[in-house]
Amino acid sequence: MSDTILELNNLHTHFFTDSGEIPAVDGVSFHVNKGEVVGVVGESGCGKSVTSLSVMQLVPSPPGRIVSGEINFKGENLAFASEKRMRQIRGNEIAMIFQEPMTSLDPLYSIGNQLVEAIRMHNKMSKKEARLKAIEMLDLVGIPRASEVVDEFPHQLSGGMRQRVMIAMAMACDPELLIADEPTTALDVTIQAQILDLMRDLNKQKDTGILLITHDLGVVAEMCDRVVVMYAGQVVEEGTVREILKDPKHPYTKGLIRSLPNLHEKEQKLYSIPGTVPKVTMDSVGCRFAPRCEYAFGRCFSENPALYETEDHRYARCFLYDDFEEQEVATHAGTDSRS
Amino acid sequence: MQEPILEVNHLKKYFDIRGGVFGKKVGAVKAVDDVSFTVNEGEILGIVGESGCGKSTTGKALLRLIEPTEGEVKFNDQDITQVNSEEMRQLRRDMQIIFQDPYASLNPRHTVEKIVAEPLLVHGMTNAKERKERVKELLEIVGLRAYHASRYPHQFSGGQRQRIGIARALANNPKLIICDEPVSALDVSVQSQILNLMSDLRDQFNLTYLFIAHDLSVVKHISDRVGVMYLGRMVELADKDELYENPKHPYTQALLSAVPVADPDETGERIILQGDVPSPSNPPSGCPFHTRCPQAMDICQEVTPTFQDHSDQHYVACHLYE
Repeated sequence: MSDTILELNNLHTHFFTDSGEIPAVDGVSFHVNKGEVVGVVGESGCGKSVTSLSVMQLVPSPPGRIVSGEINFKGENLAFASEKRMRQIRGNEIAMIFQEPMTSLDPLYSIGNQLVEAIRMHNKMSKKEARLKAIEMLDLVGIPRASEVVDEFPHQLSGGMRQRVMIAMAMACDPELLIADEPTTALDVTIQAQILDLMRDLNKQKDTGILLITHDLGVVAEMCDRVVVMYAGQVVEEGTVREILKDPKHPYTKGLIRSLPNLHEKEQKLYSIPGTVPKVTMDSVGCRFAPRCEYAFGRCFSENPALYETEDHRYARCFLYDDFEEQEVATHAGTDSRS
Repeated sequence: MQEPILEVNHLKKYFDIRGGVFGKKVGAVKAVDDVSFTVNEGEILGIVGESGCGKSTTGKALLRLIEPTEGEVKFNDQDITQVNSEEMRQLRRDMQIIFQDPYASLNPRHTVEKIVAEPLLVHGMTNAKERKERVKELLEIVGLRAYHASRYPHQFSGGQRQRIGIARALANNPKLIICDEPVSALDVSVQSQILNLMSDLRDQFNLTYLFIAHDLSVVKHISDRVGVMYLGRMVELADKDELYENPKHPYTQALLSAVPVADPDETGERIILQGDVPSPSNPPSGCPFHTRCPQAMDICQEVTPTFQDHSDQHYVACHLYE
């Protein structure tokens, strides 16, 4: 379990826009082990998608660019790898599925055509063999009448079926890492349950590592082994699923979990984090979450906290867990928390 | 409290499918097929269902933004499907709607003041100064500032835009607001702000909501009663606690079990439905759910179950309970 296949090290991906440089991914580090499902959660604009696109070097450039940092995939740094090398890796060793299956499939080519292209790109196979492989893959992801669907076009399939096709395409070359960027957000709950089920099966069967990008903590609870929480371009907390959901450390994670309406609890009033996600610029100082944080104190506004180890292998980007501050914080939290 | 403010009887909306050289009618999409329910004054009725189940069409048909094909919609005992367009315009003062996408439902070329003042002008507040005052008041009610009035929609975040949409809906002191997926486009932390605002406004102005959404936990949180739709039909309707704790219809059971819960210890039995929702242009015979129902019987293929009171205001349309 402890073979690391992907390790991000202090990754910086910035966007260079007319109104200045924006650090969309600002020093992100985490890793994915073989056969592990790691969730990256956060709200829109927190940089979770840009992080996943950086791994594949698919960040639209210009305006985006990986500025510094390392993306170690099986010991090889992909952050500045050549386009030629990336083409060998994409779809073969690292595959990706996106949120909206309709926009990621080409409407003008049949399902079979698109699958065969992906398969032949990375394998020496005749068209005939590749077609058989395509049908086999469609079968594997639970598409009924696979041998007919292979000649159909994307518009003839429903949303759930299209996402299955995307997964079939992603899994066709037995990747070691699957990046799934909001794979079920566009789907209905009953279809979402089917797709999550399928992804979990594939993860078990083929021991594929999955990097699951999502905003839905429910999906995280269901799928992931470990969770990375992002806020405004930074990792704010990392831990196992159980630790994060049962005992969140960072005030943002706490707030996020408390603001979820729960199917099993009866509460009149939902907790809500005041304010909205800030726009981050190069000269932002202090903790990104401080303006919305109920525990914030002086230091939070002037200095960006590091990731502090709170317990064994658990990290939170918050001064509350800086050992030197503990005394002072206790008094602060005591006076104006519990609302 | 128990006076029905809105009574819907056998509402149907069929969209014609036209084809061929002369555009002849070749079929119909039964978007809403024989839906009946009532909404009591001061109540929040939630309607849930997956995409394409007809929940939004129902909401729009109630305001006649989409003309219903058949059926009766009684608002304060007046059948609004029979009134002429001028009377309908007057009635819309009391019935408002909030849309899902706060990006698409606000005119990008108008200032917030113009957007919120428009319904006031339409309904006869001709004094510009009065309107300005009212806009300020409304913005403050929904948690924005008076100075926001001179800004344009693109200067606001999603949550703030939804607040503008709510201010516009509140402008003429409506009695009923139809909320069509009002928080689906918002992030979790903002979603809870808007949900809290909506329940506060309900208490403050004694509003009645028809709350349409696909997110079961959101609907449970805000509603008093909840109706579940599938393929154009209402399959179950009950008090929210009753519905969530004791779902009767196999579809409701599957839907509830499919919701991922943010709790790693929650390992409830999951019912995974096979296949997709059938096309509403060619719905299955009998019960529309029988193609995916784990408990389907022979009768389900032939006879459409009636929507009836099973026990204590718990309505179900399923042969298992007949």
